[in-house]
Amino acid sequence: MNSGPMTFLAAFFALALSWLGFVLAPQLQLGNQQQVENRDTASPYPVMRAGLARQGEQVYRANGCNYCHTEQVRYKGFGADVERGWGARNGFVQSVNEDYLYDRPVMLGSQRVGPDLANIGVRQTNENILLLHLYDPRLTMPGSIMPPYRYLFEKRKLMFGQKPSVDALPQSVAVPAGYEIIPTDDARALVAYLLSLRSDAPLFETPPLPGATNKPPAQATNAPTKAGAPFTAEQLTNLPPK
Amino acid sequence: MSATSSTAQSLPTGDAASPAPVPVAEIDASARGPLLFLFVSAAIWLFIASIFGMIATLKFHAPGMLADCPLFTYGRVHPAAANALIYGFAMQAGLGVLIWVLAHLGRTHLHLLPAIGLGAKLWNIGVTLGVIGILCGDSTGYEWLEMPRYATVFLFVGYILIALGGVVTFHNRRVSQLNSSQWFALAALFWFPWIFASAEFLLVAHPVRGALQAAIGDWYANNLKNIWFGFTGLAVIFYFIPKLVERPLHSHYNSLFVFWTLALFGSWGGIPPGTPLPAWLPAMSTMGAVVTIVPILAVAVNMCRTLEGAGPKFRECRALKFFSFGAMAYVIAGIASAVTAFGDVSKITNFTWFIPAITQLFLYGFFAISMLGAVYYIVPRLLQVEFPKPNAICLTFLLTAFGILFYSVPLAIGGIKQGFALNDPNRAFLDVMQSTLLFFRISTLGDLLMLLASLVFLLNLFGLLVQVGRTAYSAAMAANTRTAEVTP
Repeated sequence: MNSGPMTFLAAFFALALSWLGFVLAPQLQLGNQQQVENRDTASPYPVMRAGLARQGEQVYRANGCNYCHTEQVRYKGFGADVERGWGARNGFVQSVNEDYLYDRPVMLGSQRVGPDLANIGVRQTNENILLLHLYDPRLTMPGSIMPPYRYLFEKRKLMFGQKPSVDALPQSVAVPAGYEIIPTDDARALVAYLLSLRSDAPLFETPPLPGATNKPPAQATNAPTKAGAPFTAEQLTNLPPK
Repeated sequence: MSATSSTAQSLPTGDAASPAPVPVAEIDASARGPLLFLFVSAAIWLFIASIFGMIATLKFHAPGMLADCPLFTYGRVHPAAANALIYGFAMQAGLGVLIWVLAHLGRTHLHLLPAIGLGAKLWNIGVTLGVIGILCGDSTGYEWLEMPRYATVFLFVGYILIALGGVVTFHNRRVSQLNSSQWFALAALFWFPWIFASAEFLLVAHPVRGALQAAIGDWYANNLKNIWFGFTGLAVIFYFIPKLVERPLHSHYNSLFVFWTLALFGSWGGIPPGTPLPAWLPAMSTMGAVVTIVPILAVAVNMCRTLEGAGPKFRECRALKFFSFGAMAYVIAGIASAVTAFGDVSKITNFTWFIPAITQLFLYGFFAISMLGAVYYIVPRLLQVEFPKPNAICLTFLLTAFGILFYSVPLAIGGIKQGFALNDPNRAFLDVMQSTLLFFRISTLGDLLMLLASLVFLLNLFGLLVQVGRTAYSAAMAANTRTAEVTP
């Protein structure tokens, strides 16, 4: 290797090999993947996200949620992802390429400072709890180390005698007297995105385990050891009691 | 490819054909402008990266800190710090040192100076736009490729211009015999545009479908780390260590072997097992990573043999410490990251603090510290003056070295603990996170030391520039007075 062109060729050859194997070959294998049928319901999967959830995906990206939360559940026996209740398929295989077909960008994440979110839309279906969690994580999850996202909310002073808006965060939980906390469009979009995160459709590549029921484990272990969900349904709304 | 025989045949004819080597001082004088620009801006970016890194770390002490300001939320300030470190400091300083090494090994002037100067400016515009873009929420969402599209155009053109200067300098070399540093340098110069263009095109311009995006992202990050940073760092270490201990590199064939095996296998993937991709991808990645253990050990052998008995040199030569520390960190970080590619290990370490601890050891402990040493060596030669406070060089070394130790060691231990705890479903997730917080908080001390190191480095460079400026100013004033006296 005593000439410049020779060195260049060596580098070219090595890089071309790596490029062919790790960039081109996967494209040839999976680059044209299309929607498939849900094995149970025969409805198409995955479905493209609705408008608000797609905006929320961009809020998730812009604020770098993926630096602390993954969106991938590893297969059963590889880590305790399934045992923690993060998976929503009753199979050995959990997340597959199909789940990310319409994600722009795909944010698998590389760090689990917070729990996995691949199926947060299955575990948590209450929009208000998610909004509260974004406003102050320690309200819904005492001891959480997640930073609060107060900039996704607007704090407004209430006139004397004025009732808080129906959109505001529940008055009984978070809010100092005389104020109301209104989620911005970004907060609503982000929550819509979180609710849309569910990779639970049984597919050809995720065959069910024999003898298992088609349900995720009943008890997720994300909650702190002591207190469970601290709110009742009445506490989570500003609507007058029925 | 036999080096000895080709040396014997080609040297006399080659030297007769090519013009005489340029004197060292003249090379340095020719390279002064663009290199100083690269190094000083790199130092500024290092400081900015450390500040951002510090803010990101403090979020783990007080999550509510700066929570009303979207610019400084963890998910923005953390990637901003990483990008400022990678593109602002590491690649910028790396490019500067590479072209300086190419000029010196070829014993020729630095060529295409205007292109290099323009490239350096474009690069800095790109990094500035990119970091501001990330802070404003324009990040692309792919790790290490966060910079928005409008910034990457500047980066790409800037890189091409600087690399072109390096390649033309190499082509016009006046010593035909090639040194192992030159292979590494050339390969690194060539590697980046390809991986960067591929990744940008397939992720940002025309995104591919599904989790394949993650495969390309991992491939890019792995190539940037193992090949660009690895090769550039090795080129610099293989150049400086033999030069400073005044003896040739222990084995030429050893470095040839390292070059080929790393180029062929070090570039394979970096896709962790368990990723939602076809299983052959992580499997091939793991295989590539395991093979790289051999060249990494070869580097260790080569460096140990070259440094053997060079103890006294460490006392008289400050720069040598930087490079030896870098070589050591390269071996440790390289082996650790190869081991984490095994499925049984990855099961524990993946998604934990262990991975960032090792990445930081590689980026900071191997690459950045070698660049600091190189810049400390090169800048006084460019300006023909010594640093006003030589002890500050030792201070930079100590702060950086201890900073890395205090950062990586607690995080690595905490990461392993965290990994075992996460795999035990009986332990609540929140309890696991709270128990690893302690380790993370210790690592803040490392962040603080590295922040101080970057400040000392920056002040040292500024001090030197101010001194040179003052000397030039008083010389000009003296000349002025003299002419004023003569004219009447």
